Amino acid sequence: MNHLPLIIKREYLTKVKNKSFIVMTFVSPLIMVALIAVVAYLSQLNNDKDRHISILDETGVLSEVFVDKEHTKYTILTDTNLETAKELIKSNEDFGLLYIEKSENPEEVISSVRFYSDESPSLSIISSLERKIEKKLEDAKLQKNGVDIEKIEASKTNVTIAQETFTGEKTSKIDSVLKLAFGGAAGYLLFMFIIIYGNMIMRSVIEEKTSRIIEIIISSVKPVQLMLGKIIGTSLAGITQFAIWVVLGGVLMLVLSMIFGVDMAQMQTPQQEMMNQAMQNPDVANEMQLAWQSFLNLPLVNLVIAFMFFFIGGYLLYSSLYAAVGAAVDNETDTQQFMLPIIMPLVLAVYVGIFTVIEDPHGTVSTVFSFIPFTSPVVMLMRIPFGVPIWQQILSFAILAFTFIFTVWFAAKIYRVGILMYGKKPSYKELYKWIKY
Amino acid sequence: MNNLLVADSVSKNFGNFTALNNVSISVPKGSIFGLLGPNGAGKTTLIRIINQITMPDTGQVMLDGEPLMPEHIQNIGYLPEERGLYKSMKVGEQALYLAQLKGLTKQEAKKRLKYWFEKLDIGDWWNKKIQELSKGQAQKIQFIVTVLHQPKLLIFDEPFSGFDPINANLIKDEILQLRDEGATVIFSTHRMESVEELCDHIALIHKSNKVLDGKLTDIKRQYKTNTFEVGLQTDTVESVTNAIKEKFEVMPATFKNLNDDVKLNVKLKAQENSNDLLKFLTSKAEVHHFVEVIPSANDIFIQTVKNN
Repeated sequence: MNHLPLIIKREYLTKVKNKSFIVMTFVSPLIMVALIAVVAYLSQLNNDKDRHISILDETGVLSEVFVDKEHTKYTILTDTNLETAKELIKSNEDFGLLYIEKSENPEEVISSVRFYSDESPSLSIISSLERKIEKKLEDAKLQKNGVDIEKIEASKTNVTIAQETFTGEKTSKIDSVLKLAFGGAAGYLLFMFIIIYGNMIMRSVIEEKTSRIIEIIISSVKPVQLMLGKIIGTSLAGITQFAIWVVLGGVLMLVLSMIFGVDMAQMQTPQQEMMNQAMQNPDVANEMQLAWQSFLNLPLVNLVIAFMFFFIGGYLLYSSLYAAVGAAVDNETDTQQFMLPIIMPLVLAVYVGIFTVIEDPHGTVSTVFSFIPFTSPVVMLMRIPFGVPIWQQILSFAILAFTFIFTVWFAAKIYRVGILMYGKKPSYKELYKWIKY
Repeated sequence: MNNLLVADSVSKNFGNFTALNNVSISVPKGSIFGLLGPNGAGKTTLIRIINQITMPDTGQVMLDGEPLMPEHIQNIGYLPEERGLYKSMKVGEQALYLAQLKGLTKQEAKKRLKYWFEKLDIGDWWNKKIQELSKGQAQKIQFIVTVLHQPKLLIFDEPFSGFDPINANLIKDEILQLRDEGATVIFSTHRMESVEELCDHIALIHKSNKVLDGKLTDIKRQYKTNTFEVGLQTDTVESVTNAIKEKFEVMPATFKNLNDDVKLNVKLKAQENSNDLLKFLTSKAEVHHFVEVIPSANDIFIQTVKNN
């Protein structure tokens, strides 16, 4: 008797009708969007603050490099000494004072530069000041040695290497970024999905145990069927939730950008200014076209198919383990010791994906990890945009599928015994014994 | 074929622990079969094997002449001792789901549920959640779900726990009625008075072994000691007592009576019968109380478990 559809239906409906699930589904995107809006607002607020920095330059040669910016105002102090200048800044409640001591030896001038302030300045302020002084002093040194600065400026060149594969496809740096973004997004999505819905499956198994309905259920259905039904039903609920999140999040972002978009354009933060300039630049328009081109160059069909296979394979592999953990314990607090071995390979996969795939998508490390079944779904998904031979994908998936069958068998064994065990938390040794029952 | 269920030399080990050792039972059709035993004796393991929740290591179980197969779950209704329901699910939805898992169609399940809900007077619970019900109310739902698919074999593990006396009686009557309608019942409990009341056959499992089984009346016959409880009225208590003591083996008796002067348990030898005793007693005093001491299920249980 095949009860799988019935179990899937119940699991799905119970999840979807659950109040906290509904709240999560509709409130999470709101929270996310609100968070993004708050962060955006706060960072603007931060930039809005005007800073007054006074310069006391006894050498008199460096003053000209300090040009007022939108939120940073410089005041050049003259005819005063350090102590009175300090007092003045304090009473004016200005941000700080840059002091450059006069000296015959230029090296001493360099080491004598001091910044006085009430609160310690941010790294970016200090490095910006340092850059300004460095540039001026470098120029001064060059001039002193008889080098024509203008000639140096004129001889600066910018090289952009145009990339092309042997088959004639044009690629660019944007291409790599795009590939990374796609691979990263796919891998990370899987990671999140496993953690969120794996936990949900585990809780649902524990709930059946604690409510003691489990024995009634398994006198009607095989435990494996119940486990698979649970995994599939919960996954479908998860996909539903994800789809709602994507749609709702998209709509909210659109609404938000329409409300705040006008404001943002008026703000003209430095980044936006740069963006605007860049847009007018014909080179960048060209770049955008290249980006579109590289998007089309991605192995899209391969990407979509591989995503489906590795996503499902990886998800089922891990969720069966989550179900086994749920069956082995009585309550959620006992799950910790069994969670670690599940989370570890998953986190490892994400880190390997992020660090090695960027460096060398076809290097030994990323290739090996894209075959190990517990890391392959994430790492392979990250690699595929860079073009992975089909045979490697098929082999990797075959290994994954084989392992999946094994873990489901293994999880089902633990599940079958575990769901009827109450009381003390089992050790790994006991779990091993259960497999042989 | 008189036996609905036959378990033949069933053994089950969990690691080094033997839960069942060569246990065989035969459950006659249309009977109420008491499966008894102290805690941890292996009853639940045997019941789980019958329900195909666990597989036996050796031995086999036949249902109606066929070895157990997955399809047979439709013919069995099982109310486990550790029972519960999905707390946040509605009563009606839940009962429908469980009935469908037993192979009923939705329409059929609905029809039968309606009948049972009316019969047990719980019609208006359909849209309530389990967590809103009391324990006894939830037990009623569980009982209905167990019997809804009209199984040939019903297995009840402590069916009366959690019920008040009125509802326990109600459920007891339902069990008897199901038996009369042709169902066979396996009944596991520690409450010996309900064994006495309901069971035709019993089997006693102790430390993974079956130590006793058969018809309850046969077992009682086997365990009776030819002892009679007598109550006499006389003016000469001492001489009558001594006269009886001379002729028979006598033990003090404790039963409640209005005004018996002599209360004794008299054990007869194999060649003596009750008429001999009665004749002797009537010649000595006025007999007010004369009854054979029949061992109760409780006595048999305790005696068997202690002796093994």
